Amino acid sequence: MSWKLFNLLLEASLMTIFVSTVSILIGLFLAILLSAANLSGIRPLQWFAKFFISFFRGTPLLVQLLLLYNLLPVVGIQIPSLVTAIIGLSICTAAYQAENLRGGFEGVPTGLVESADMAGFSPVQTFFHIRVPIALRLTLPALINEAILILKASSLVSVVGLIELTRMAQNLVASTFMPLEIYASAGLIYLVINLVVATAGRQLERRLPGVGGK
Amino acid sequence: MSDNAISVQHLVKRFGTTTVLDDISLEIPRGQVSCLIGPSGSGKSTLLRCMAFLEEATDGSIFIEGAPLGFVYDGAGKRQRQSATELRKVRSQIGMVFQQFNLWPHMTALGNVSAALRRVRKMGKAEAEEKAMVQLRKVGLENRAGHYPSQLSGGQQQRVAIARSLALEPKIMLFDEPTSALDPELTGEVLNVMRSLAAEGMTMVVVTHEIGFAATVGNQISFLDHGKLLFTDAPSKAFAKPRHPRLEQFLDTYLDRGASTLV
Ligand SMILES: Nc1ncnc2c1ncn2[C@@H]1O[C@H](COP(=O)(O)OP(=O)(O)OP(=O)(O)O)[C@@H](O)[C@H]1O
Ligand SMILES: [Mg+2]
Repeated sequence: MSWKLFNLLLEASLMTIFVSTVSILIGLFLAILLSAANLSGIRPLQWFAKFFISFFRGTPLLVQLLLLYNLLPVVGIQIPSLVTAIIGLSICTAAYQAENLRGGFEGVPTGLVESADMAGFSPVQTFFHIRVPIALRLTLPALINEAILILKASSLVSVVGLIELTRMAQNLVASTFMPLEIYASAGLIYLVINLVVATAGRQLERRLPGVGGK
Repeated sequence: MSDNAISVQHLVKRFGTTTVLDDISLEIPRGQVSCLIGPSGSGKSTLLRCMAFLEEATDGSIFIEGAPLGFVYDGAGKRQRQSATELRKVRSQIGMVFQQFNLWPHMTALGNVSAALRRVRKMGKAEAEEKAMVQLRKVGLENRAGHYPSQLSGGQQQRVAIARSLALEPKIMLFDEPTSALDPELTGEVLNVMRSLAAEGMTMVVVTHEIGFAATVGNQISFLDHGKLLFTDAPSKAFAKPRHPRLEQFLDTYLDRGASTLV
């Protein structure tokens, strides 16, 4: 296999990294909002969060992406496939991350919230300054795990027309008839990316002050 | 209204069907140290937590510097929850120190002490940290400002927790067994900070098993047993013989456990 082909795969992997990173971050933001809804004590918000989480965890990502891809034009929304892919991935990972965070929020010691109450923090301040940072620290391993899953699941976004690593590999196979070399190379690139993420995650876990770290 | 910092009137607290506080009335005079003692499970923590509205009483009322805490009674004598703003205002006069310190683990000592100054009192970072440093110096920890709680000993953590409360300039400080989670050799440094606070005239309510501290620093001793307040007296009277039979019994078991400090 030529360097030219490998370079094409590497370039496409940048798209994979970009789509996954943006989706994980948006998903994290949405997951924090879903957790806020869950903790708000406001019934309709809690129902919405519950429904959202069970719907997007209970249906396959591929089906969600296909649905989104076919639904948007019907309702008259024309957006680039990149945006469609990010929306699809973000919403799906938001549901999983919200579920991960739930354990983290439950693990925030009551005493820490009580000392925030005594210090005069409003519930919103307590949420953002105390609960969220602690819940994130407690669930960091699960978050890293989810990032790796999303990096791999991003191979599915080719169905909305985005050319990322897997789709590029398929295209190259179609024109060169070298499936073994090309798919093995693609697999290797995924592996390297995920090893980097896992290592960086472990470093972060060790260095982060507070729960766990020093 | 009375001249007292805290007034507890006919307080009742039930958890389900068990009565944990049974018709407690107690006055905490301004500028004095009141110690709550009693056997385990007698309701000391619950009473102290009610004084901060961390626990909602089932009945009765509590006044902080004359203002109702947590509940207000309307014209028809019906009890209603105070608004969140009002509660925060009354609570701002109270500082609370917990047995487990409850420092925020993701903030440094300085971060813990300055957080509320910034978020609640809306001070700039520099001003808040300057004020926080004053408090850390007061508890002897200015050289630990950049340390995270996990990098501090228990005694140091508890002193940071005291500094965190003091930074908000409360009129009353509540302590729930502030030295119980500490190794014996670390209790002294915390008790010393509390002694100097008392000497400055801070109104303090201290739940403690440190009978020596209660006897020497306390201005009044309240003895709780099975949710009932058996008596409130000056230590010279409370600990003088003949003692209340339940207190006598309590002190006996206390000695049996190998306590070294006693009157
Ligand atoms: N949240 C709760 N739900 C039910 N029962 C409770 C709760 N909190 C406290 N209790 C009960 O109330 C009683 C008084 O508890 P409290 O913690 O006030 O005692 P204490 O005097 O502080 O004891 P200790 O010296 O062990 O700290 C105990 O019997 C306890 O089991
Ligand atoms: Mg207690």
